[in-house]
Order: sequence, then structure tokens, then C-alpha cells
Amino acid sequence: MTQRLLDILAQGFTRILIPGLTMTIPMTVLAFSLAMVVALAIALAQFAKLPVLTGFSRFYIWVFRGTPLLVQLFVIYYGLGQLGLKLPAFVAGVLALGLNEGAYCAETVRAALESVPVGQLEAGECAGLTWWQSVRRVVLPQAMRTAFPPLGNSLISMLKDTSLVSNITVAEMFVAAQRMVSYYYEPFAIYLEVGVFYLFFSTLITKLERWGEKKLNAYEYK
Amino acid sequence: MLELQELKKSFGGQPILKGVDLSVEKGDVVAILGPSGAGKTTLLRCVNFLEPADSGHMTFDGVTYDLGHMSRRDILALRKKTGFVFQNYDLFRNKTALQNVTEGLITGRKMPRAQAEALGMEMLERVGLADKAGSYPSQLSGGQQQRVAIARAMAPQPQIIYFDEPTSALDPELTGEVLAVMRDLAQSGMTMLVVTHELSFAKNAANKVAFMEEGQVVETAAAHSFFAQPQTDRAKEFLRILNQT
Repeated sequence: MTQRLLDILAQGFTRILIPGLTMTIPMTVLAFSLAMVVALAIALAQFAKLPVLTGFSRFYIWVFRGTPLLVQLFVIYYGLGQLGLKLPAFVAGVLALGLNEGAYCAETVRAALESVPVGQLEAGECAGLTWWQSVRRVVLPQAMRTAFPPLGNSLISMLKDTSLVSNITVAEMFVAAQRMVSYYYEPFAIYLEVGVFYLFFSTLITKLERWGEKKLNAYEYK
Repeated sequence: MLELQELKKSFGGQPILKGVDLSVEKGDVVAILGPSGAGKTTLLRCVNFLEPADSGHMTFDGVTYDLGHMSRRDILALRKKTGFVFQNYDLFRNKTALQNVTEGLITGRKMPRAQAEALGMEMLERVGLADKAGSYPSQLSGGQQQRVAIARAMAPQPQIIYFDEPTSALDPELTGEVLAVMRDLAQSGMTMLVVTHELSFAKNAANKVAFMEEGQVVETAAAHSFFAQPQTDRAKEFLRILNQT
């Protein structure tokens, strides 16, 4: 390996890591939080069989799972911008990622809620809890334990999907790499380097997920 | 204390309960006997609104309700005055034995935590499981789980406890400990309505028997006279077969 290439990679270390820490990670955290709120609301509306909201939930999932994330990103940033709602690129990115992943996670959470035996809900109601109290105190904690590993998957795929917001001018890790490539013209080394950063962050998430799963295993179901 | 009139329920056009009449006095321990498919479990589930009855009336503690038109509020209020013990225990799997007992007190009835926990420990002691207060259901045997479930049902001091075949999911050697707890509860004066296949419990602990067949209570009698002199042919047949085994 030439000295020049080593210099470029060393420079890349900070030039890629800094947008990773200031853009990619905050965007992932914010968008995933939004996705969780959306997923819970949509899954619970269906679980409660609320008449109008169930219909809306199915429609929402149909639209956001059925169209590409990149298209959603462009509609929210450029499309709404044209209509006069000019969102900062970072905000548009968080919205698109969160709303999109929320649709997938909603199905994960709904399946997990439905996997909890119906007797758990009935026992809650017979113990004098309302339907909602039974769900919140008994069914949902069990469902979230089931949903935890697949939601971890979603978090990792969201981390990687943040690279798409490079298309709407957010200067995250991938944009930093692209800029370096166009300056030094070393695509192989630099794109590999940014790939290693994504791998590093997703490894951290995996470790975090394992740790969380262990915590949740304090009680074991049959 | 509890009176049912003409309770009807069908599933998909198939009548399961065809007008059940039943009367339970305060302090009664009523065993509901009958062949499989007679509607015993469905009756109990209708009485606590786990299944909505199609029609009929229920008088509970002096107030009469139209079972075909129950409001959520009335259902919740009635459930707070009753306890329910399930065939499969259905303990909250994410909560310890003590939390299982206190959840309905703290969340459902807004009892202060310290008071609820003291009461919960007292209940676990009564079923002989105070040392398992911190155990999760998966760490308990079936018999222990069902005893915790009984403690959970007792804790709010309900006016009646419904038991839905409380021992039929248990190994024979574990039914004894559950039946002992139930006998103890019966002797303490608790009003109980028990769907059961345990004839010994019906004989020894119940004071009344309601015999069900094909969606109706066909015979109600004092327990001793039901076993000594069943009136209907179907009840005679039922007891004859059971006594053979």
C-alpha cells in the first residue's frame, strides 16, 4: 500500500467519523424513535380493533411498505418543498426514515401482540384492570420482548438506510466519502473505508441488542 | 347474591346456553357439574363477560343487569367485585407471584403499593407460597401457579370467586394442593361458583350442585342429596358412569 493511500485513509478516518457521529447516528436515533411511536400507535389501533383507525393503519402500511424509501424521501423533501413546506433536509430525512420504518415495525409489533396468549388479557380484565391497563401492564411488555430481536434488525437496516439521505443534501458519512472520492479518486479504498464505519456502528447496535435481550430474559416464558 | 335468569348464548347460530337459571346465595359453594359440551365453561365466561351473553338477566348484590346490553363501566365495576380462576392459571408471565397478586389492587383499584404488598403477602401466605413471592410463573409448578392464581382472585376481597375447572390442567398429584386451598377458602365463607370434574370436591366442599346438560341447568340440589338421590335420569346416568371409573 502506498504512503499516499495510507494518508488518504487516515484523513478519511476523521472526515468520515465526524459526520457519522454528528449526522448518521443522531438521525438513526431520532428516526428510529419516530418509527417506534408510529409502530406502537398503528399496531395498537389494529390490536384494539378500532373501526376507523384500523382501516387507516392498513392504508398507511400499504402505502409506506409499497413505495421505495428513496421516492418517499424525495416527495417529502423536494415535493413538499415545491408546495411551500420547505423542511430542513435533516428533518425531512428523519421524517421519511421514521415513517417508512414505522410501517415495517408496526407489523412486527402487531404480530408480537397477537402472539401473547389471549388468556393474559382476560386474566388482566378479570383482575379488575381495564382493557388498556391490561394491554399496557401485561400484554405489551410480553409482546415487546418478542418483538425485540426483529426490531433490532430494523434498527440496523435503518442505520444503513441513512446513506440514502445523501440524495437530499444531508452531509452524513456517505456524502463525506463521496466528496473524498471525487477529490482523490480512490473509490475502492474510500468506499471500503466508509463501509467499515457502517459495520462498526451496526456491530455496536448488535452488542446493545444482545445486552438488552439478556436484561429482558430476567423472567423466562414457557 | 347472584341470580341468573334465562341466560342465552350462541356461537355462529349454534345455541350453547339455552336459558340458564341459577341462584347463588352469599356463602354458597356451588359446584357446576355436567358432561363435556354442556356449556359449563361458557356459562362462567358469560357471567364474567369474557363472552358477551346474547340475552338474559343477572342480579348481582341486589342490582339487576340486562346481559344483552352491558356497558363497559358496569362490566368493569362487576369484575372488581369478583374473582376468576382459570383452567390454565393464566398468571401474568411477566410478573412475579407477588406482583400477580398486587397488580389488580395497585393498577385496577388504586391501592397504595405498601398496603397492596402487605395484603399480597398475606394472600400468598394463605395459599402457602409466601416463600415464592419473588418467583416468576415459569419457575413455579402448575399447582403452585394455580395457588398463586387463587391468591390473586382472593386479594381484592371479592364477593364471589368463579373457578373454571381449576384442577383439570394439573397432574393428579398436584390437584390435591389446589383443592386443599379451595376447601380452606370455602370454609372461610367465601362464595364460590366452581365448574369442576372433581366429584370429591363437589361432595365434600360444595353445599350445592347445579347439574348442566345441553345448555341448561337441569337439576339444582343440596350437594349431599344430589349425590344420594339425583332426580333427573341424566344426572343418575352421569353419576353412574363416573362412579364406575
